[in-house]
Amino acid sequence: MTRVSWQFRKRSIIPGFGLTLGFTIFYLSLIVLLPLSATFVQTSKIGWQHFWHVVTTPRALASYELSFGASLIGAFLNFVLGTMVAWVLVRYQFTGKRLIDSIVDLPFALPTAVAGIALTTLYATTGWFGHPLSSIGVHVAFTRLGVIVALTFIGLPFVVRTVQPVLEDLDKELEEAAASLGASRWQTFARVIYPAIFPAALTGFALAFSRGVGEYGSVIFIAGNMPMRTEIAPLLIVTKLEEYDYGGATAIAVVMLLLSFVMLLAINALQRWSGRREALAGG
Amino acid sequence: MVSATAAPARSFAPATAESPAVRLVLVGLSVLFLSVFLLAPLALIFVTAFGHGIAAYFQTFTNPDTLSAIRLTLLAAAIAVPCNLVFGVAAAWAIGKFEFFGKSFLISLIDLPFSVSPVVAGLTYVLLFGAQGFFGPWLTAHDVHIIFAVPGIVLVTIFVTFPFVARELLPLVAAQGNEEEEAALTLGAGGWQTFFRVTLPNVKWALLYGVILCNARAMGEFGAVSVVSGHIRGLTDTMPLQIEVLYNDYQFVPAFALASLLALLALATLVVKSAIEWRSAKPSEALEGEAA
Repeated sequence: MTRVSWQFRKRSIIPGFGLTLGFTIFYLSLIVLLPLSATFVQTSKIGWQHFWHVVTTPRALASYELSFGASLIGAFLNFVLGTMVAWVLVRYQFTGKRLIDSIVDLPFALPTAVAGIALTTLYATTGWFGHPLSSIGVHVAFTRLGVIVALTFIGLPFVVRTVQPVLEDLDKELEEAAASLGASRWQTFARVIYPAIFPAALTGFALAFSRGVGEYGSVIFIAGNMPMRTEIAPLLIVTKLEEYDYGGATAIAVVMLLLSFVMLLAINALQRWSGRREALAGG
Repeated sequence: MVSATAAPARSFAPATAESPAVRLVLVGLSVLFLSVFLLAPLALIFVTAFGHGIAAYFQTFTNPDTLSAIRLTLLAAAIAVPCNLVFGVAAAWAIGKFEFFGKSFLISLIDLPFSVSPVVAGLTYVLLFGAQGFFGPWLTAHDVHIIFAVPGIVLVTIFVTFPFVARELLPLVAAQGNEEEEAALTLGAGGWQTFFRVTLPNVKWALLYGVILCNARAMGEFGAVSVVSGHIRGLTDTMPLQIEVLYNDYQFVPAFALASLLALLALATLVVKSAIEWRSAKPSEALEGEAA
């Protein structure tokens, strides 16, 4: 092979490349890319100064702080507890394990509005959890704590489902080797198992965080929606739309879209890293 | 596989297992965490829905606005799911069966709707089709209503459920390789014949799961639909929006009764998922069972 010519695709006898790729790109452009680019074009109309003014008002800053902060805390809770759940599901046998394993995906399948009213009723001062909690002075519904509870719920499956397959494929001989070399169980976990599952757990953390920042339905019922205190960024967009402030809504939306793109790139990079680590650990 | 049962001489537990106490604590904490965050909200939905008896529960489904919301939700899902099914199959074929320039970038773009906030998704359609949007003047002149009408609801539902089928199919189609299809083609099968007789049977369970997940999300979407719906009662309220209306009116039993339908849909989705996983149970699970 002396002549290397650049090709758009490798040769194959399988038919349908033009049709399926053409349709994929057409449909993707129509449904996703066209509407998203409309947002950026609309923003360029409002002008840089106005844009900057809108996205840095104290109310907007407070809403980012809440959306980002609560998502980070929720994702961190899921990072720790989700890793534990994945561990328990992969390593131990106990009654009800299959049920527990199936129910983990509930936040993916349950509509967010349904989750929202259920969590709010649960944590309201008359609710099953809210009543005992309020008697010791902890108020969850209509506070920032409620936002964290909702975002923990929404992000729950991500870490479990990213860590679980990695733990399943983990080579037990590595642990046996560590143990036979005199490592305690905790040392084996910290030095052998944890480094292998960390990239997957971090990917799950990023997915949960990214989902939490944009989440709307499950949060607005439990949050109380007080400007400056319990108003999340997506709600601020809705509020501005209801006031027919399309420019303001678009400006906040662009900030959130840019964050989504950054998170998407970060998650892709993490998944590649995780894949390489997995190949090494499983090999 | 070399069995790990060669018992260590001096300790009661194998060296690669935790003590029973640690196990008990970890299992207990996990069950507690999932009970508080998942089982309690799920139970609460049904307890509240039936809180005033079965008659009150079914009374909910005589409200004309609620019935029209159920119809609209079914309509939106009936359009969105087949659209995304066709797209998912086409994308999985193009990306899974061929190597081409820009493939991983295309996969990232397909994932994009997952990372866009539903509210932002709704807003982008308002900016495109709303009265002040790009096509707004043209649409108004021709008396076409998309935003605050049913077409807008269908469009944003398609947007938010866009990646589901493609996402489930893609890894599997790619993992199957091309040998079977190449054999079929060499033996004289046509392209469609190869797809329906060779590829489809191999990925049917992933396809079914993708469709079911897509459907669950389509019927339950709230944020994006809320932005484009305009909340016209009996006309542009879907089931989740009607739940919000009822809940904000302090009509808790009807709100949770309607919510219980969507919760049942979610549970059915989980059951189907478990059934599919059980069908395609990996041989490694059999080994695990042996070791236990």
